[in-house]
Amino acid sequence: MSSHSQSSGKNRSLNFGETLELWMNKIFVPLTLFCALSIVGILLWITFLVGMQALPAIEKFGLGFLFSTSWDPVRDQFGALPQLYGTLISAVIALFFAIPVGLGVALFLSEDFLPPKVQVALAFLVELLAAIPSVVYGLWGLFVIVPIFKEVGRWLYEAFPWIPIFNEPPSATGLGMLPAGVVLAIMVLPTIAVISRDSLISLPPDLRQASMGLGATRWETIIKILVPAAFSGIVGAVMLALGRALGETMAVTMLIGNANNINVSILKPANTVASLLANQFAEASGLQVSALMYASLMLFALTLLVNILAEILVRRVQRI
Amino acid sequence: MQKAELISHSAFFLLHFSFLTIMPANPNRTASGYPSNTLTRSPNSPRTLFGTLMTGLTFSAAAIALLPLVAVLSYVIIKGASRINLGVFTELPPVALQAGGGFGNAIQGTLIMVAFGALISIPVGVLAAVYVSEFAAGTQFASWIRFFTNVLSGVPSIIVGVFAYGVFVLTTKNYSAFAGGFALSVLMLPIIVRATEESLKLVPQETRQGALGLGATNFQTVARVVLPAALPAIVTGTTLAVARAAGETAPLLFTALFSQYYLPITQNGVEALNQPAASLAVLVYNFATRPYENQKELAWAAALILVLLVLLTSIISRFATARKVY
Repeated sequence: MSSHSQSSGKNRSLNFGETLELWMNKIFVPLTLFCALSIVGILLWITFLVGMQALPAIEKFGLGFLFSTSWDPVRDQFGALPQLYGTLISAVIALFFAIPVGLGVALFLSEDFLPPKVQVALAFLVELLAAIPSVVYGLWGLFVIVPIFKEVGRWLYEAFPWIPIFNEPPSATGLGMLPAGVVLAIMVLPTIAVISRDSLISLPPDLRQASMGLGATRWETIIKILVPAAFSGIVGAVMLALGRALGETMAVTMLIGNANNINVSILKPANTVASLLANQFAEASGLQVSALMYASLMLFALTLLVNILAEILVRRVQRI
Repeated sequence: MQKAELISHSAFFLLHFSFLTIMPANPNRTASGYPSNTLTRSPNSPRTLFGTLMTGLTFSAAAIALLPLVAVLSYVIIKGASRINLGVFTELPPVALQAGGGFGNAIQGTLIMVAFGALISIPVGVLAAVYVSEFAAGTQFASWIRFFTNVLSGVPSIIVGVFAYGVFVLTTKNYSAFAGGFALSVLMLPIIVRATEESLKLVPQETRQGALGLGATNFQTVARVVLPAALPAIVTGTTLAVARAAGETAPLLFTALFSQYYLPITQNGVEALNQPAASLAVLVYNFATRPYENQKELAWAAALILVLLVLLTSIISRFATARKVY
């Protein structure tokens, strides 16, 4: 750093701070631009790295990987159908419980049922649900939800054995798709509630005033005017929740039972792609690493697609 | 369920109470030609019943949503608090059937990895937010960067773990705290960018104009005027990101792995970062499913510490950001 040549007129050398400042004046904007671009860079890097590592497995198994049910590291046979199936079904169960409750909370916290201060406090409490680490939900689910749902599952099996999703009794451990789905529902509930609430709040007040002025009741306004207007935002919130449910790892791994097979009954243990990765990566070697990378690539692509769609939908409602 | 019922009942009363206060019998109304008390709502009309029903449903939804929060918190506090003592913070994890023990090494490992992650993600995240909100504000490019930030924050944490595994473990053939810290930094980055951007938005335009008007360069304006003004909000947002990262488990499972021992701290600290490291979150996962009572109790104690960490930072940041200076 030739700071001497840059000292203008004054015949003294610049100290470190001044030299740094001179340089920063020149390179600050490019530096921040570089940092901003690094976000895009990381996304591309993840895609490239996971794709490259998955290449051997992609070449060996091709699309058959998505339809094969065998996962056998000893014979180097890999297929991810049971895990993909479990990922989708556990997310569907989570959304089944989380959508009605989450929308109820969003309406409750966006309409004037309560004074604004109480609303803000309650919204904060709902957000806290999202802040609790996933492994803590797993621990809690293991000791609270699993014993409860073992009983619920047995009752469902005895009462409705003719419904396919309840056609087998829960296992002795009580682990399975249903308890995992219920805990997942708790974890994605804040996403649905908070983002739907944001969409409802960002609607122009004229909409509500016009509807009320025409003689609609509060709930007629909500259902016929506000919810349709915020619909893309609400769908976006549900998609974001879906994205989280698909990729959620710890709680699911601890509760789903990690059985690599497909069961129609949701009372039986199952597995997800994320749980497969959590369980096997540390001990994997050779082609198994590549197969796990292939499975990660599928999960990554799925969550990326869902998240991008969600982002587009949520943005649309903010532009009204 | 009782609670939900209670709330839906109170919802009903609240509705009627507010109705009474909004529409008292107004004697002045008669002067305008309308008799008083004609604008009443008939409580049995389908429209009113539907409204009351829906109000009750949303009240119960809110109660159902808060139920797990209360249940998780009370469970973790009751189960964890009984096992917390001084030894828990200093001793090493117990092996099967051994009594006592603690997770001093897991606290050390978590601190080191979170600090390493923060060291990477805070400067990059803050500078990225500076570009988006100071130099590219309102442009299509800023909107794209915001889009990618949100997409990055939606990437599952286990995929970030796979990425860190590919970057570090596959190349060095070694599970390490480096790899774990790197994964955490990727997870923290989008949260820090968004928190900083929100904080920078609160700084009024006049401060920037004043600085630029005095002949300050871009760097001087940002470093001497804008960032100091936004600093409290940035610090709270960043602390929140760091606290969340401390609770992340999935990306550490096969990057930092776990260790029964303390990381050796040498003069430059590199040796410590080159080795597998314990963390509180992985300890909870490992010990939760073990059949040994003592290890289960430690899992609850570690879970309590993680929950308190997130809870306290969330509450503090809530109060800190609620008091906006400008």
